[in-house]
Amino acid sequence: MLNGTTAEIKERSALRINPAKTCQPIGAMYASLGIHGCMPHSHGSQGCCAYHRSTLTRHFKDPVIATTSSFTEGSSVFGGSANLNQALENIFTIYKPEIVAVHTTCLSEVIGDDIPTIVKKAAEEGKVPAGCRVIHANTPSFVGSHITGFANMTKAMVNYLSEKTGETKDQINVIPGFVDPSDMREMKRLAGELNVNIVLFPDTSDVLDTPQTGIYEMYPKGGATVEQIASAGDSIATLALGTFASHPAAIALEDKCSVPTALLELPIGVTATDEYIDALRNYAAVEVPASIVQERGRLLDVISDMGQYLFGKRVAVFGDPDHVIALTRFLVELDMKPVYVITGSSGNHFETRVGEILKEQVPDAKIKQNADLFELHQWIKQQGVDLLIGNTHGKYIARAEGNIPFVRFGFPILDRMSHRVFPTVGYQGALRLVDKIIDAFFDKKDREAPEEQVELIQ
Amino acid sequence: MAPEITPLPIAPEAAATEAKATIDKMLKAYPAKTARKRAKQLLVNDPEAIPQIGANTRTIPGIMTQRGCTYAGCRGVVIGPISDILHITHGPIGCGYYSWLTRRNLVRPRHAGDTNYLQYAMSTDMMEEQIIFGGEKKLRQAIREAFDIFHPKAISIYSTCPVGLIGDDVHAVAREMKEELGINVFAFSCEGYKGVSQSAGHHIANNGVFKHMIGRLDEGDKAEFNINLLGEYNIGGDAWAIDEVLRKCGIHVTATLSGDVTYDQVCKAHTVDLNTVMCHRSINYMAEMMEKKYGIPWIKVNFVGAEATAKSLRKIAAFFESKKLTDRVEEVIAEGMAKLKPVRDAVTARCKGKKAALFVGGSRAHSYQHLFADIGMETIAAGYEFAHRDDYEGRAVLPTIKVDADSRNIEEITVEQDPVRYNPRKTPEQTKALEEGGFSFKDYTGMMSEMKKNALVIDDISHHEIEKLIELRHPDIICSGIKDKFIIEKMGIPCKQLHSYDYGGPYTAFEGAANFYQEIDRMLHTKVWKYVVPSWMKEPQLQATPIYNPKEPKPKAAAPAPVRKPEAGGEAIPE
Repeated sequence: MLNGTTAEIKERSALRINPAKTCQPIGAMYASLGIHGCMPHSHGSQGCCAYHRSTLTRHFKDPVIATTSSFTEGSSVFGGSANLNQALENIFTIYKPEIVAVHTTCLSEVIGDDIPTIVKKAAEEGKVPAGCRVIHANTPSFVGSHITGFANMTKAMVNYLSEKTGETKDQINVIPGFVDPSDMREMKRLAGELNVNIVLFPDTSDVLDTPQTGIYEMYPKGGATVEQIASAGDSIATLALGTFASHPAAIALEDKCSVPTALLELPIGVTATDEYIDALRNYAAVEVPASIVQERGRLLDVISDMGQYLFGKRVAVFGDPDHVIALTRFLVELDMKPVYVITGSSGNHFETRVGEILKEQVPDAKIKQNADLFELHQWIKQQGVDLLIGNTHGKYIARAEGNIPFVRFGFPILDRMSHRVFPTVGYQGALRLVDKIIDAFFDKKDREAPEEQVELIQ
Repeated sequence: MAPEITPLPIAPEAAATEAKATIDKMLKAYPAKTARKRAKQLLVNDPEAIPQIGANTRTIPGIMTQRGCTYAGCRGVVIGPISDILHITHGPIGCGYYSWLTRRNLVRPRHAGDTNYLQYAMSTDMMEEQIIFGGEKKLRQAIREAFDIFHPKAISIYSTCPVGLIGDDVHAVAREMKEELGINVFAFSCEGYKGVSQSAGHHIANNGVFKHMIGRLDEGDKAEFNINLLGEYNIGGDAWAIDEVLRKCGIHVTATLSGDVTYDQVCKAHTVDLNTVMCHRSINYMAEMMEKKYGIPWIKVNFVGAEATAKSLRKIAAFFESKKLTDRVEEVIAEGMAKLKPVRDAVTARCKGKKAALFVGGSRAHSYQHLFADIGMETIAAGYEFAHRDDYEGRAVLPTIKVDADSRNIEEITVEQDPVRYNPRKTPEQTKALEEGGFSFKDYTGMMSEMKKNALVIDDISHHEIEKLIELRHPDIICSGIKDKFIIEKMGIPCKQLHSYDYGGPYTAFEGAANFYQEIDRMLHTKVWKYVVPSWMKEPQLQATPIYNPKEPKPKAAAPAPVRKPEAGGEAIPE
């Protein structure tokens, strides 16, 4: 397993090996699916659309719809205007969405297709039915990562759709970041417990975690509606959950509609969830109900019960920047030692913030943005860890290093299903993470420890 | 042996009308121009007078297609599975990322400690700077770094869309680095926008493998019956299952292109006596080029399906004209069939008469019909994702295929007889005798000749057409890929992925056939579909009554609601 990886690190300036990121368009496609009645459209070669749909489908195990401009060599030379024009006619005629969200690819970006002009022409030719919308985001694959793509498409929702009517609505916007539908559902549930109205966008719950009913709906009941996103301009405030995936849209909304932004971290773990609850409570001026206090208490009870097994354990974490920052915080709350913390995306805030979180507890932690799994593996070879947390790709490292306890977290998870239905955010999500970590430790111990060390009770 | 198929329960004229009506209803939703184009790709089959299908033509923008790109066909399919060479994708990160271990080309290390490069995704992770100033420098540096870290036997480079546009000369970089590093370095111009589907990538990959690998090692394996298996990708261990049955017969496989195969095996592939072709679409180019240059004849085989496996083994034995081999092959077939019989009979009893539809790839939509036929199931509709007319209508139509602008852009390499190594494996007399005895070389007759009259043939099926097919023709199972799978299953119809096999397999040879029969049986009869509609939706709202009151008789249940659609297991789901 990964036999070519050695502990010796040779400097690399050009070769990426086993990336911890992918490209912008898939993030834009995912965000688009969080608009109700939306057809995501990939303006480029059809392979991009196929790869993105396949990857998202493997992660969610649910239908992922999207169309493509199907560029040929001719379109690459003459531009993709005719392709997008024809695509819009076909999409609105055949698939009848309320809105089409176009994102670009490296190909259409290099050609320099001007999406708004192409869409305007199509609309003038009557190819966009009355009442339907077309929005777009530029998502060149050679800039940023899939998280950038998610942020760009979310920002496009604001720029195209949000409006200020002048009358403030009793609601708070929540921009959830590139999280799973289960997480979005949990964010809404917590707000519901507090009795706070929120506009969550994008919202893929009830889009990518749909029930089996025997009936397929191309546009399931979930997703933030165009009206809801429009009304975001009248909200009391915006909670942007995550600097990388969510903040840009919140800033855009602040600029466009003067809705104040509160930048929070993803509500993973105790204090980050506290901050989410606090922000909602303060903006909406509500009391925190007993039910939430109890939920929180149950989490702390479990942590105190199992704390001895977590204390001081060396952890390697990889994944998307907002996720990794929040998770690192939680691991510190659990008295664990995140010794290697990387993201594949770029952004100095990552290193600064993780450094701050680890300053006291793990001052010598290795923290790196724009890193890859090959390098993380080399660090692990140099000095091992007790636990590895990250997406499915981590399992190869875990196995190569003698079955390091491995907890799947983030995107993509291609070989397990629970992320679809159980959140990692909120107190419930934190409980689930503790459960998974404890299971990973004990499963290994029960399978591999010498017989005399196998314990009935832990 | 022709697949055994249960006759349609309706008169042929009615079946023809129904099939035509289905197509009309599929086309109805389309704008006029789209409908005109699609109409050429949707046909009612007639195996006696095969109609001409529109295939390998452009995908219509805005249509939800199954198709992928040229890069995927080249890097992912034909070269990607070679496990001991180092693969670098030149482009932004996505393409390299998505082709990382996603195709299930299983690999068994030859020696403990060997590096399996399929576990690595390597990319130049091209950024804006390279898009503006060119990416050759970064590519060169990436190759050096890869060499320094891994010391591979060979390095293969794949271009993605922007590379072609910004004009990086990947071939020049490869030549330079080959010189500098002293190992084989070669590149593929497989930008995603080329061609109309993955198929162009297969062709480009065939050309590259032929130019840069085949023929580099002249010392072949010592074996009496020495063949290559072309167009077999070892998804779920398929190549291993085939190899096992071939080994039992005494047939040696030098190289499987491309599934669990090493660089050296590919380099000596020209030393065999026969090329056998599984997936005609992806690798017929290689078979043709090897015949022209080295004189190796090729035949079409199919190890998907028990009857098909038997037929293919007999065909290989017939080629070698050896009584020993023929006898051994018959023993192996008898043994395989006998072992398979109880499973096949049991599954047939439960599945006979059920209807399948297959939309996948450039070969599997045909070959898997044999497995369904083995258990008495009928294929009511099928089509390829990226095949050409010859894969539908048979190679006889090859001279009549019009080369359009998209195909013209794909290099067609000129191959000549090798002055030293050309060695026709059969004399013209032997060939003639074989052919007179009913043996045929290069004999792919396509999907349509083996499908029933009035079955639907749909090329590059769209999402909309799949929905309509389910609504109008009620297949019991559909074989497709990951993008369609959950859409189809949300409609209550089981969907078997034939790219990844839903992570099961192998499905080839006798062992694989048993796996497939059992899997189809499970999918058709799983209990989950029965629970889809809960009791309170089957019965109208009742007056509030105690759930259990032993003194009163149970309220009489109302009549079930109208049936919505047949359930996979054959029972109806009430609405």
